[in-house]
Amino acid sequence: MRLFRFILPACVIAGMLTACAGGESNVESGNRDGFLHYGNGAEPQGLDPHVVTGVPENHIIRALFEGLAVKNPITLEPEPGVAERWDISEDGRVYTFYINPEAKWSNGEPMTASDYVWSWNRALHPDTGSLYAYMLYPIVNSEAYSKREITDFDQVGVKALDDLTLQVTLNAPTPYFLQLMDHYSSFAVHPETLLKHGKMTERFTPWTRVGNIVSNGAFTLDEWSLNRRIIIKKSEHYWDRDNVALNGVYFYPTENVVSEERMFRAEQLHYTQVVPLDKIPEYRKQGNTSYVQAAYLGTYYYLINTDRPPVDNVMVRRALSYALDRDTLTRTVLQETAIPAYSITPPNTLGYNPPKLFDYDPAKARELLAEAGYPNGEGWPGLEIIYNTQEAHRKIAVAVQQMWKKELNIDITISNQEWKVYLNSVSQRDFQVARRGWIGDYVDANNFLDLFITDGGNNNTGYASDEFDDIILNLAPRAKTRDERYGLFYKAETMMMNEMPIIPIYTYTSKHLVHPSVEGIHPNLMDSLNLKYVKLHAGRSLYGEAN
Amino acid sequence: MLKFIFWRLLQAIPVIFVVITATFFLVRSAPGGPFDSEKAVLPEVKRALEAQYKLDLPLHEQYLAYLGDLTNGDLGPSFKYPGRSVNEILGSGLPVTAELGLYALSFALLIGVLAGVFAALRPNTRQDYIPMGMAMIGICMPSFLLGPLLVLIFGIYLDWLPIAGWGDLPGDKILPSVTLGSAYAAYIARLSRAGMLEILSQDYIRTARAKGLPEWRVVIQHALRGGLIPVIAFLGPAFAGLLAGSFVVETIFQIPGLGRFYVQAAFNRDYTMILGTTVFLSTLIVFFNLISDVIAAWLNPRLRAQFKGSA
Amino acid sequence: MSTEETALLMEAEDGASLWHDAWLRLKKNRAAVTGGVVLAIMVVLAVLTPWIAPYGYEAQNLDLGATPPSAAHWLGTDIFGRDLLTQILYGGRISLAVGFIATAVALVIGVTWGAVAGYVGGRIDSVMMRFVDILYALPFMIFIILLMVVFGRNILLLFLAIGAVEWLTMARIMRTQVQSLRQQEFVEAAVSLGLPPSAIIFKHIIPNALGPIIVYTTLTIPSVMLLEAFLSFLGLGIQPPQTSWGLLISYGAETMEEYPWLLIFPGLALTITLFSLNFLGDGLRDALDVRGSKD
Repeated sequence: MRLFRFILPACVIAGMLTACAGGESNVESGNRDGFLHYGNGAEPQGLDPHVVTGVPENHIIRALFEGLAVKNPITLEPEPGVAERWDISEDGRVYTFYINPEAKWSNGEPMTASDYVWSWNRALHPDTGSLYAYMLYPIVNSEAYSKREITDFDQVGVKALDDLTLQVTLNAPTPYFLQLMDHYSSFAVHPETLLKHGKMTERFTPWTRVGNIVSNGAFTLDEWSLNRRIIIKKSEHYWDRDNVALNGVYFYPTENVVSEERMFRAEQLHYTQVVPLDKIPEYRKQGNTSYVQAAYLGTYYYLINTDRPPVDNVMVRRALSYALDRDTLTRTVLQETAIPAYSITPPNTLGYNPPKLFDYDPAKARELLAEAGYPNGEGWPGLEIIYNTQEAHRKIAVAVQQMWKKELNIDITISNQEWKVYLNSVSQRDFQVARRGWIGDYVDANNFLDLFITDGGNNNTGYASDEFDDIILNLAPRAKTRDERYGLFYKAETMMMNEMPIIPIYTYTSKHLVHPSVEGIHPNLMDSLNLKYVKLHAGRSLYGEAN
Repeated sequence: MLKFIFWRLLQAIPVIFVVITATFFLVRSAPGGPFDSEKAVLPEVKRALEAQYKLDLPLHEQYLAYLGDLTNGDLGPSFKYPGRSVNEILGSGLPVTAELGLYALSFALLIGVLAGVFAALRPNTRQDYIPMGMAMIGICMPSFLLGPLLVLIFGIYLDWLPIAGWGDLPGDKILPSVTLGSAYAAYIARLSRAGMLEILSQDYIRTARAKGLPEWRVVIQHALRGGLIPVIAFLGPAFAGLLAGSFVVETIFQIPGLGRFYVQAAFNRDYTMILGTTVFLSTLIVFFNLISDVIAAWLNPRLRAQFKGSA
Repeated sequence: MSTEETALLMEAEDGASLWHDAWLRLKKNRAAVTGGVVLAIMVVLAVLTPWIAPYGYEAQNLDLGATPPSAAHWLGTDIFGRDLLTQILYGGRISLAVGFIATAVALVIGVTWGAVAGYVGGRIDSVMMRFVDILYALPFMIFIILLMVVFGRNILLLFLAIGAVEWLTMARIMRTQVQSLRQQEFVEAAVSLGLPPSAIIFKHIIPNALGPIIVYTTLTIPSVMLLEAFLSFLGLGIQPPQTSWGLLISYGAETMEEYPWLLIFPGLALTITLFSLNFLGDGLRDALDVRGSKD
């Protein structure tokens, strides 16, 4: 009874209230001390470049590590990273990387070519189970090694010619190979550090923890509080340290996008990972320069199971596609944050433009549907769209459902599925129409078109064409010139889109809120931010210079 | 009384065992696995991953291995966060959620009991309707609504308090605690009003009043004891339920607590994490239900007699 | 309360007059009568929705988008240009049905379970209450995901799933009440008269524990309605474009700064309903309070 005389609760409340005293915001203190407060979208699974996959992980790993070649933040062209220069043989199959003698691990040890051989052995080793091992498959024998068809890593086309020279031999000239050197699956890890904590192929060792981790990028890991924040600080041993302006970065796992936007407004963040759709008109209306939107290398589409009626009929698939008013959808529901898409590859993917074989044409759509045997929707057996639980997917599905109903007089049901249930439905092909998105790993049409290889793991549509496979797997990789290669891609993409195994909807954009004090963030197609180039200017506030 | 507590603790063992077993098999029968991702996983990679986590063993062997590890206090490695053990994740989230829950429940008890008692003293008058009306609004106001509302008012328009974080900026614990506590406060207010009304109409209270005791002594010394029994019955599960219930608040306010792991583990099919949080939650539930039964007995003299006789 | 219980109560000697007196007392309580009338209107509106809704609930006007209340759309429109009044009317059908049916399920299971456990006591009580503990501890999300997969999306299933979760606390509260009532003179008198336990539980104990039960029921209905929104959001239960008040509120909460009417009106609908329920509940509690009526 004594306890309920409120002494304890009263003390607690009083304590909480006294703690309440206005302080300076993260942005103010960050600008003063040179720390960027970065909304990172989620807690990273981990920081081991050969184990994790995903976007939040990518942001942190790319600040802690650096690849052989990096991307210019504006042009996305390859630039020297760990390698100060490289040669490419005339047939385009042999790359020789010359490692910068100044490139150091964060413990001060120099980086060597054999570090790369060891690291790629780890990345490709079947026991490691790296989900992104396939990124290195252009290298001779790497695929066989990672599928345990050969067990001798010496047969894989990677050699350390001396301490600072790495030679890589490819199966075929791969125009995007240098881009892959900027992907974390190809990053080097410090062999002694890993071996100190376990076997080469072990995924569970604590080598990435604060105090253990040795990395080679512009920043080093300083604090890792689970689900709270990750702090990185400028590295003393990084070869280009004189050009690093920030003293460090705070990464926050900002899962809730609405909260993230409010944190930005309260000046608790310099940078947000996304912007809620409904907030965008207000930022635009105010002429607010904080809102930054840029084209993004990704396509949002509806996947069709071409073995399930009624969408097993290509006429029905095309009718659905013709009846979809992408302009209205992107203008209204998506608040002009997306570009209507009519094919799988995003427009202007390194100079490649996909075919546009159709447009919004309800009359044509009705005609096609009638031809397919459902004049004015008569006899329509019903169709279900599945999507995973997320607000944006719901909005699109609700709008599409109504468009199809209105134009074609057909009933559509939409079903929301929990993420893993949805993944299971898609991979088991237990669906008629499913929402899907694909974000490019590297800037090349190949990354989008090879999704539709017969029985490919990401195909899921039932689309199968020997001719298409031949172009993508054999002809295009051997093309002599860029024009020839793009011509082949265009031909394959036209073939595929005529069969309409997917209904393209829109091309993504990246959307961020950036505080006016931040400079050096260049919007680009890969949404790739190199924190090395970011600078902070104190004294600028969201609400005018006065603050 | 001690015998009663001992018996209940003994009963906890089969309860937790059944919970673990049921959860283990339920979780495995849910569609989708921990390694499914939007980009197709190559079969050879999947095999390697399953081997590393011993998922390639027959299910009953996995179950026995899990029980074996559990008796050593090892909850296994997390699937979602390679390199982290479930013990470590629970250890990092628990103090935060416990602190949040303590503040929230303290706030809820303080506001809820005061409002409920106050209302019960003058039923069906303005003194009753106003606090009870507010409690009703509190119940209608889910935390996904109250949280953002408080954030907008106190964090953005008034700019008094930080709107995210836990122990990062001064005062950042206030809004989440109030948000989480409000719903409980509303429940407690309603339950304590009902309980008090029940007691205040009883003979011994009338006797006390007839003796000319001042009203506050009647209330505090005599009525509160019995009047709070329904609240106590509610509090046991409520406190344990905070773990799951704090998920929304933790997400809105970016709090590194256990609630986020508890809910996300299910979505990620992080088998060991689901089991770990469930083992932990079931222990909490057994424990807090026991405490609430003990307190209820302690507050109710008639029940107390029962414990002396049998358990 | 089930009809069976009511019948049992009516059999009691003074049963008829008890219910008659209660009804008379209830009629005098203005707040309770108002609450009852408002609830009745809500139910009638829900039943008549397909005939009285101003627009079709699917009808979109994407170019119109979200607009504040106007002559054409009394409560405004959502981002798809759908009429909010129509959405609220249709949403009420789902929410009221879930609220009443799921709560009834929880009530019947919870009250019976708690009363039996509390009355019988001993080993049976222990087993029954440990069963409740086990259900409390099972991971709810996994349970829901499994239900969704095994049974598909089905609205009846939604009611059952919610009822199956909500009865646990009801059982605990009931049990505590019964334990305390069991020791009282009138129950002991009934026992000594040799009445069977079922008669004692339903005739003497449950009616005397009605106060907390009614209050907890009025608390359960809103939490059930909000739980429905959460489950629908996850994909169990109703699918878009069907909607419910809970869903409308959760969407409205996301855009409360831009389109406040999308939060305010569904919120009002829910709040008015719950207030009415609450007044009616309190009125019933007072009307049925046997000891109170002796004054």
